[in-house]
Amino acid sequence: MAKNIKITINEVAVEIESGTSILDAARQTGVIIPTLCYHKDLCVAGNCRVCVVEIVGQKRLSAACATPCEDGMDILTNSFKVRNSRKHIIELLLSEHNADCTRCYKNGNCELQKLASDYKIMTQDFIRLSRSKNYTIDHYSPSIIKDDSKCIRCQRCVRTCEEIQGVNALTVAYKGDRMKISTFFEKPMNDVICTNCGQCINHCPTGALVEKNYIEEVWDAIADKSAHVIVQTAPAVRIGLGEELGFKAGTRVTGKMVAALKRLGFDAVMDTDFSADLTIMEEGTELMMRLKRALVDRDPEVKLPMATSCSPGWIKYIEHMYPNQLGYLSTCKSPQQMFGALAKTYYAKAKKLDPDKIVSVSIMPCTAKKFESNRPEMHDSGFRDVDYVLTTRELAIMIKQAGIDFMRLEDMPFDSLMGESTGAGVIFGATGGVMEAALRTVYELVTGRSVPFENLNITPVRGMDGVKEASIKIESPIEEWEFLDGVELKCAVAHGLLNAKKVMDSIISGESHYHFVEFMACPGGCLGGGGQPIPTNPEIRRKRAEAIYAEDEGMPLRKSHQNPEILKIYNDFLLKPMGERSHQLLHTKYSPRERF
Amino acid sequence: MPSPAYLLKRVDFIFKDEKDWKEILKNSINRPAHELINELISSELKGRGGAGFPTGLKWKLTAEVDDSIKYVICNADEGEPGTFKDREILSKVPLKVLTSMAVCGHVIGSKEGYIYLRGEYFFLQPELNKSIREFKDYCNEINFDFTIRIFMGSGAYICGEETALFESMEGKRGEPRNKPPFPSTYGYMGKPTVINNVETLAHCYTIFEYGSKRFYDLGVQYSRGSKLFSVSGDTPKPGIYELELGMSLVDFVDEFGDGDTKAVQVGGASGFLVPRKGFRETTIGFQGKLTGISLPTGGSMMLFNSSRSMYNVLDNYLEFFREESCGQCTPCRVGCQQLLNGIKAVKRGEKNALYLNKLMRLTETMQYTAKCGLGQSVANSFSAIVENFREEMIY
Repeated sequence: MAKNIKITINEVAVEIESGTSILDAARQTGVIIPTLCYHKDLCVAGNCRVCVVEIVGQKRLSAACATPCEDGMDILTNSFKVRNSRKHIIELLLSEHNADCTRCYKNGNCELQKLASDYKIMTQDFIRLSRSKNYTIDHYSPSIIKDDSKCIRCQRCVRTCEEIQGVNALTVAYKGDRMKISTFFEKPMNDVICTNCGQCINHCPTGALVEKNYIEEVWDAIADKSAHVIVQTAPAVRIGLGEELGFKAGTRVTGKMVAALKRLGFDAVMDTDFSADLTIMEEGTELMMRLKRALVDRDPEVKLPMATSCSPGWIKYIEHMYPNQLGYLSTCKSPQQMFGALAKTYYAKAKKLDPDKIVSVSIMPCTAKKFESNRPEMHDSGFRDVDYVLTTRELAIMIKQAGIDFMRLEDMPFDSLMGESTGAGVIFGATGGVMEAALRTVYELVTGRSVPFENLNITPVRGMDGVKEASIKIESPIEEWEFLDGVELKCAVAHGLLNAKKVMDSIISGESHYHFVEFMACPGGCLGGGGQPIPTNPEIRRKRAEAIYAEDEGMPLRKSHQNPEILKIYNDFLLKPMGERSHQLLHTKYSPRERF
Repeated sequence: MPSPAYLLKRVDFIFKDEKDWKEILKNSINRPAHELINELISSELKGRGGAGFPTGLKWKLTAEVDDSIKYVICNADEGEPGTFKDREILSKVPLKVLTSMAVCGHVIGSKEGYIYLRGEYFFLQPELNKSIREFKDYCNEINFDFTIRIFMGSGAYICGEETALFESMEGKRGEPRNKPPFPSTYGYMGKPTVINNVETLAHCYTIFEYGSKRFYDLGVQYSRGSKLFSVSGDTPKPGIYELELGMSLVDFVDEFGDGDTKAVQVGGASGFLVPRKGFRETTIGFQGKLTGISLPTGGSMMLFNSSRSMYNVLDNYLEFFREESCGQCTPCRVGCQQLLNGIKAVKRGEKNALYLNKLMRLTETMQYTAKCGLGQSVANSFSAIVENFREEMIY
């Protein structure tokens, strides 16, 4: 237990835990100190210097984020010296920044813009440095646009890429006035190890890193009378979208979201949760087949643990980092791509539509999904399976553009055929969700009984620990799966690529023996995805997770194999999990990539 | 303390031969740590890199930290413009430096030392390695476990800043860290570390050889001992001189000037510029409570005569800082660019002369808010040059 110390902030005496930074101490006492390079997810950098405060008796100012309080400190956060210096620093940042705000994608959600507005920086006395620097915009990636002219060098993206993801695609290059955030040999983001996870976008305070948006393309498709535009929405969108539209973090807006999408003019609004349930059927079956091959047939070719393949950031990561270990991956496509492949086959057939006229749009909490839909493998329907991927943020922009008063919308249900889902599909949006959904189904298929957890809640795989482990002992299975009797099914869940690396390394070294591992590229799973509302921080992620599990609890059906539309599709179209049609449409392969 | 008419006193400690190093090493490591620390504390030796932190205290703080792994680092990243004394020490009396590092290892409980050698000093490496081998052989002979290695820098000025130096040694980008924590608790590899300038270590040797009194008797209050000065610029006798601290700048200029000295840059580009009118009231040493204007220096003394344009001098400094800033913190990275572009704009008449005042206020902000000494110290020469040579800035 840390001892308490006494300090004074703006002449108010307070008692705080020793070791607290000045920034946190101030926040605890209701004093807000502006920050730029500080982010709750990341280590303290102390390089923007916007948070400087005066410690009485010291000549120099101190960065509040990086300075721990000491007993008896007398801190001023708004003294003459502090105010002048802070204004100077904001002016300096603006002089180096391409402050063409009205033409910036982040206009209205930019931390630098907010500071400039709060401090009323009306004049620009300093020389505009941004003009003399020849910045280029990197827009080669289908997911991310990097514009150095808007970069303030806070290094939040660099720290994100290193500390959360362990990818290190973004690093600092050069020094002094030429210092910038760059990639290996200044290659485009598309040509380096970048996984397109978009965490850098989510952590960027300005418009230097933004998603490549396809808003206009989608508007055009909607306006095209001959096109049949269908949309799918990922599980994590419904618990994040509200934040962009005036609701508190953790508000579930599923029905309003569906209503808004219909108002926007989509011809059919369906649910990625449906294909999440489908993923469970395919992936669960694949797992059981792998277990059989490993335990009964003793096939040396079969690789265990089986790793999930829903997260395209994770897929690209393993392709770069572990190109020789791709055999661990489930061959299942992600729910988005399963949906896409079915939209232009199953759906087109059922609705008697020309698949060529279908425009398939998906709303994702993710920027890597944009890359995924662009992969050459994803054309199994004979067309591009998913035409446009929008992030949660882009959907919010469209809703605002359309003049929809989101708060006052009446809830509406998803359209049928691929709109029905279960609680298992919903929890895909949270870390551990795929695992939990899979266990609910696999256990029941093998034993004929529900998972032995109260109210189906497999709590060991929930929560925000970076790596979670769980095991379920299979007892008295049905005849077909007798070989699994007494087998302890060992599972692990990792979210954030740095954690994924830890688990992969322990698997490869032989230290861990799992049967099934869920990997998600983003911290918290999809609910903390790179396409989710900004800001995203530990507290917001926790609230979104609560919302997802509440959504699950409220569903009448909570096991994927009970989804009536899933039963229907297997009956009418796919025939059986891992069958011929499934192989053709729902499964894929992976290719090794180089590490730059 | 009145100090006019204080005459320059040459001293010859540093470059005095190092033949007794074995004996000094052996004697020192047989003395208890606290005794050696007290010896250093009573000598009042302060860091010779320029910042002037008391060396004895630095060793003491690190010795007090409980950790099985600690490091001793010799900062030989001599990058300050106009400084070239460490190069001489390392080529003429390297064993003095090595001895002091080893004694420091004994005092703080460290078995490993590194010399962070400036990238441009690669030519010193072969000879220095020879000395290191000779030194290691003797350590083995007397069963004293201490290993010294050279770590080559890559030429970035900022890596002379102690925490940037650690980052660089750890294989990362040379960027200063936030302080606290300080090196005494969290240094190289996050371990307690003593980092001393080359010259500081050479002085430690003198103190171990002759005792603290001989050292303390030199210099003035707050600024004890002697110091190497790298004299350059408009002087008939450039070179390295060991002089007593506390000398008056006017005496210095009398001795080294060419009779037409307009200004002296004390402590390199990041140091202080003293115009002619300030020579008399300025002494060279560490700021204390009693002395008047006392300027610390890492040893660089650059003299400028009336043929020099102070605009060009400042332009040159700022260009240096603009390039050598690590670029991480806003006041330093952008500030340096603004200062350089600003004085150019004033000179070209694109900005009004009053813009210089705005730039002066900017240097104040840089001094208050920059993350490390680099950005903080740009204000020193800028304000002195702009204040004293304003007309040269404008016309």
